[in-house]
Amino acid sequence: MHREPDVGFDPGSPGSCPGPKAPVKSIGPCSGSALQKAYRHTSTEEDDFHLQLSPEQVNEVLRAGESAHKILDLVSGVPNSVLRFESNQLAANSPVEDRRGIASCLQTNGLMFGIFDGHGGHACAQAVSERLFYYMAVSLMSQQTLEQMEGAMESMKPLLPILHWLKHPGDSIYKDVTSVHLDHLRVYWQELLDLHMEMGLNIKEALMYSFQRLDSDISLEVQAPLEDEMTRNLSLQVAFSGATACVAHVDGVHLHVANAGDCRAVLGVQEDNGMWSCLPLTCDHNAWNPAELSRLKGEHPESEDRTVIMDNRLLGVLMPCRAFGDVQLKWSKELQRSVLERGFDTEALNIYQFTPPHYYTPPYLTAEPEVTYHQLRPQDKFLVLASDGLWDVLGNEEVVRLVVDHLAEAGRHKPDLAQRPANLGLMQSLLLQRKAQGLCAADQNAATRLIRHAIGSNEYGEMEPERLTAMLTLPEDLARMYRDDITVTVVYFNSDSIDAYYKGG
Amino acid sequence: MYHRLLSVVRRQRTGRGWQNWSSGRSGASAAEAHSVALPAQAQVVICGGGIMGTSVAYHLSKMGWKDIVLLEQGRLAAGSTRFCAGILSTARHLSIEQKMADYSNKLYQQLEQETGIQTGYIRTGSIFLAQTQDRLISLKRINSRLNVIGIPSEIISPKKVAELHPLLNVHDLVGAMHVPEDAVVSSADVALALASAASQNGVQIYDRTSVLHVMVKKGQVTGVETDKGQIECQYFVNCAGQWAYELGLSNEEPVSIPLHACEHFYLLTRPLETPLQSNTPTIVDADGRIYIRNWQGGILSGGFEKNPKPIFTEGKNQLEIQNLQEDWDHFEPLLSSLLRRMPELDTLEIMKLVNCPETFTPDMRCILGESPLVQGYFVLAGMNSAGISFGGGAGRYLAEWMVHGYPSENIWELDLKRFGALQSSRTFLRHRVMEVMPLLYDLKVPRWDFQTGRQLRTSPLYDRLDAQGARWMEKHGFERPKYFVPPDKDLLALEQSKTFYKPDWFDIVESEVKCCKEAVCVIDMSSFTKFEITSTGDQALEVLQYLFSNDLDVPVGHIVHTGMLNEGGGYENDCSIARLSKRSFFMISPTDQQVHCWAWLKKHMPEDSNLLLEDVTWKYTALNLIGPRAVDVLSELSYAPMTPDHFPSLFCKEMSVGYANGIRVMSMTHTGEPGFMLYIPIEYALHVYNEVMSVGQKYGIRNAGYYALRSLRIEKFFAFWGQDLNTLTTPLECGRESRVKLEKGMDFMGRDALLQQKQNGVYKRLTMFILDDHDTDLDLWPWWGEPIYRNGQYAGKTTSSAYSYTLERHVCLGFVHNFSEDTGEEQVVTADFINRGEYEIDIAGHRFQAKAKLYPVTSLFTHKRRKDDVELSDLHGK
Repeated sequence: MHREPDVGFDPGSPGSCPGPKAPVKSIGPCSGSALQKAYRHTSTEEDDFHLQLSPEQVNEVLRAGESAHKILDLVSGVPNSVLRFESNQLAANSPVEDRRGIASCLQTNGLMFGIFDGHGGHACAQAVSERLFYYMAVSLMSQQTLEQMEGAMESMKPLLPILHWLKHPGDSIYKDVTSVHLDHLRVYWQELLDLHMEMGLNIKEALMYSFQRLDSDISLEVQAPLEDEMTRNLSLQVAFSGATACVAHVDGVHLHVANAGDCRAVLGVQEDNGMWSCLPLTCDHNAWNPAELSRLKGEHPESEDRTVIMDNRLLGVLMPCRAFGDVQLKWSKELQRSVLERGFDTEALNIYQFTPPHYYTPPYLTAEPEVTYHQLRPQDKFLVLASDGLWDVLGNEEVVRLVVDHLAEAGRHKPDLAQRPANLGLMQSLLLQRKAQGLCAADQNAATRLIRHAIGSNEYGEMEPERLTAMLTLPEDLARMYRDDITVTVVYFNSDSIDAYYKGG
Repeated sequence: MYHRLLSVVRRQRTGRGWQNWSSGRSGASAAEAHSVALPAQAQVVICGGGIMGTSVAYHLSKMGWKDIVLLEQGRLAAGSTRFCAGILSTARHLSIEQKMADYSNKLYQQLEQETGIQTGYIRTGSIFLAQTQDRLISLKRINSRLNVIGIPSEIISPKKVAELHPLLNVHDLVGAMHVPEDAVVSSADVALALASAASQNGVQIYDRTSVLHVMVKKGQVTGVETDKGQIECQYFVNCAGQWAYELGLSNEEPVSIPLHACEHFYLLTRPLETPLQSNTPTIVDADGRIYIRNWQGGILSGGFEKNPKPIFTEGKNQLEIQNLQEDWDHFEPLLSSLLRRMPELDTLEIMKLVNCPETFTPDMRCILGESPLVQGYFVLAGMNSAGISFGGGAGRYLAEWMVHGYPSENIWELDLKRFGALQSSRTFLRHRVMEVMPLLYDLKVPRWDFQTGRQLRTSPLYDRLDAQGARWMEKHGFERPKYFVPPDKDLLALEQSKTFYKPDWFDIVESEVKCCKEAVCVIDMSSFTKFEITSTGDQALEVLQYLFSNDLDVPVGHIVHTGMLNEGGGYENDCSIARLSKRSFFMISPTDQQVHCWAWLKKHMPEDSNLLLEDVTWKYTALNLIGPRAVDVLSELSYAPMTPDHFPSLFCKEMSVGYANGIRVMSMTHTGEPGFMLYIPIEYALHVYNEVMSVGQKYGIRNAGYYALRSLRIEKFFAFWGQDLNTLTTPLECGRESRVKLEKGMDFMGRDALLQQKQNGVYKRLTMFILDDHDTDLDLWPWWGEPIYRNGQYAGKTTSSAYSYTLERHVCLGFVHNFSEDTGEEQVVTADFINRGEYEIDIAGHRFQAKAKLYPVTSLFTHKRRKDDVELSDLHGK
């Protein structure tokens, strides 16, 4: 049951990054303080363990990160191909290192769903979750829109709105640095303007470019001299931590998934005969992926064939072999040294300053995504995007099955009381039955259900309430050893509107 | 027009009369025949035809008031009264509640004989189960108190429980309490019997008549407006049950009656195979949250769940009570608890799950008394599911109040005036009753604090104190610090302390007390009620001289401790009054006096535009600087000499403290310790506090809370109004002759009664007891209400207690009576009588030896005191 942490910088102390402590943001703002007291332990001393969560409290903890949204807007008179989505997040790290983002592009059509799994701190994941969608949205814009944007900037007029975020109230943003980021975004669109492509990039290119552009901006920002100490420190933390990303872009029946790292997107498909199957739209970029292995070997001299992946990790340290940030695996030794020698207090910033062994021909790591295109069909019912915290515990088929169960149960009712049992004993057992069902079927949110099963199922895949409670009562400093941050977004498609697309031509 | 005049249907003979009446009630055509318009006027109009309204009508008419109209919006006894479980239980936590229930029991028992109406009264007895030792302690405490007021009860073993009730599973029990004289009744029939007797005595009863609002002129009830017309009246009694709150608000000047309804569920079954005997005892399994009584050969079982469902928060709902939904899922925990207790009921056939709303109050005690704002507006409501138990007694006390101007027992704990408008918010009530309802069956441990509805009134220093580890209690909505947890203490353990034994804050309070004795402590006492009385001429002095027993014609700057007495010489309030100038006085009273004292003063002060009474409670933050070094702190902050020569005890001066000017400094601490009270205009509060703390540092200053204050006060025999003193205790009964100036040259309220008492002697005497063979670490702690035995005979009850860190003993205060051994009659209590007794205090059935003292232990007073100091003269009293 003890899982290895996915970042190997310091295998001796998993999750031992005190960092700037956020006020238990993983719990979400809606949980009462009394409750927090009950399940948030700060010490591992034995006498603190006697507190047991009630089933209601378990539900409250699990549901704190829930968000759900129905998509009501029409796309040129046709209902959106996305019906609704449900999302949730459960922290193991403190503070949580996963991020999620959901937004619709306002200047082009399309909805974007992202999962960002940070490592070595949450700074990189935070930055990517805030900025990547803007890079994507700008990449998708037509020449004309870009010109309008540039014009507005020049004449100090308000910008066209770019994104409409659909946020969970607990999702955090740093407002202080956005002006610097906007400048860099502007440089990006100016370069796009210089390309003089009337229709803009196609979606695949747009996704590729925006991933790489953002990563290179992250890398360059920290090299450039920055006046403001706060911004400088933050850029450093962003560059020296890492994040994998998996982003889905849905526009009508066109589904693109861009993935860099080991998050995963899986499609739930119902065949005409009613059978369900799963269709993975991403490949995990890690040591178990032969294509990645040969890519890495191809990019580095033959002499490094044995050292580029060791212990199933990139250079023996990093589990995913594509990621944002992590400049320790991208920059030359000299560059790293020169940047860090500018007098950063790396200890206070919680930055690992070291060079892995066998570090000969950087870069070893890239943020270039693998982009998959899938044309949505009426039988494609939902898409599950999740961080590896989920996929480590549940297989693709299992995840799809759980969502299918969830959909099926939504219509079903609890045992009926209309035909009342005659005696007290029968009534009691019926009520207990209703209660038992109520407690696990009570999840209105498929993402919550997936998380509940991910941490509460035993080796045989059965739910164990005791196990679930135990996993949620783990003290902060132990939680990361038993489970990873889990972030899940389930996107439901509107088969009718997809159907209409094909019929209408 | 469906109003019916019930009283015209006179009973001819018992039995037949009942039949006549009930046909008049139910047959529509008969109703038309009896249809008579409402009378144009009456002395009393009672609103509500449930157990409360009918009981008030019954008792008023018994006491000779005849001109009474009772109005019921639906049918008689058709609300909560009809649906309630009909259990009469005398095992209550408060003495006054025990007495009310005991009286109800005796009343209902003879009611059938009196009226000829069957009330379903059966003496079943009741058994209170204990699953834990703590529960058993709680039961033992109740048991001790029941016994001394003559209600038989005993603590029994689980084996005995099994003998008394055939179906009970007793394996998980540690004991139980058996109260053999408790009973069950058909509650609706009891109400109808009371109504019938009242109507025979001349009370006119109209059902299907709704009170719209009460008419008030110049703060006095003048009549009621109903949907059938107006009735002029002098008195209005609001017995509207769960609608009492709404009815109170419907007034032009709203009467605040804080109560709120919750859904309440109980189960009815068909008879058992061998039907349950009708005298099978009622079971209360509080740890299992359920009660079970026999009902028509089957059982009736309900309970008080952890997650109550409040209803009607938005106000009166058109939804009829009868149509409330059953909620089996909600009832499941109680059903499971029932089947655990009585496994054989497994196959018992269900008849019905009844949903019957019950009304709860913010402090779990019922509401009785007169509105502080509207004279003649009386209330009896908010029974917290004990309407049947209290109905008879509560109706009697209210009737006595109306007829005689005062009830025969001290009912302050139930008095409407313990609340003010501040408890009237719907949100507050909704949240609070959700805590109160489960609490009915929770273990009641000493020093319980409510968790909901908190942080309403706070001192400006609240955040500062909270950050320094303050733990809070609430009084009258005001947060007050109990004690301060030092930074190195384990908080978790402290929060969870619920014990009848030595509490875990013992050491914390000890160090606070020690600091008060040796250095200096600061206690935020802003919650105290503060009034200012000013006039253009001598009116203020004159009215105060009449209303207060001590002589207030003292030089400016002096502080006088004095009682505000009623005609009987009993304490309506006990306060300290500072003479600020010739014509203005500053009055400090206990926190919960804010409504009561205001109403009393308003009622007795003449209408005079030159006489001004102002509530300035909110204007001042009060800091109590206790300890020998307080004088050093203050003189350093004010550059003024503060020694007793310059600033004698019980003196009040406006001066500057730090940068702030106009601070009222008083040389008193409410504890008998040296020190000062600072009354600080609130905008200076933080400044003065900061200055005091920073200058005080070198004198070892620290924060302290009310627990330390309490220990200091009780060890010095300082009685406190609301706990030790009440409306039925006089200054002479608690050794405060010195605070009464019978010869101050003018008459004052209560003087005649005191003169008479002085001549005749007192019948009870407040006495201090020091527990002798009590082990603080191992024995149960005293709380209050423990029986006092003198030479083995019951002599009274304690009113408060505290551990004295100086004497290293527990100190209890309590009243000693002299009950005649032959007749039980009360006889005169002399100092000699007190001194010659051997005393024991009964804590949950265990008697501890106690030394009785009529005067405080002199060695505790360390500081020099003024010659004519009242506190000192207590020592030299007779």
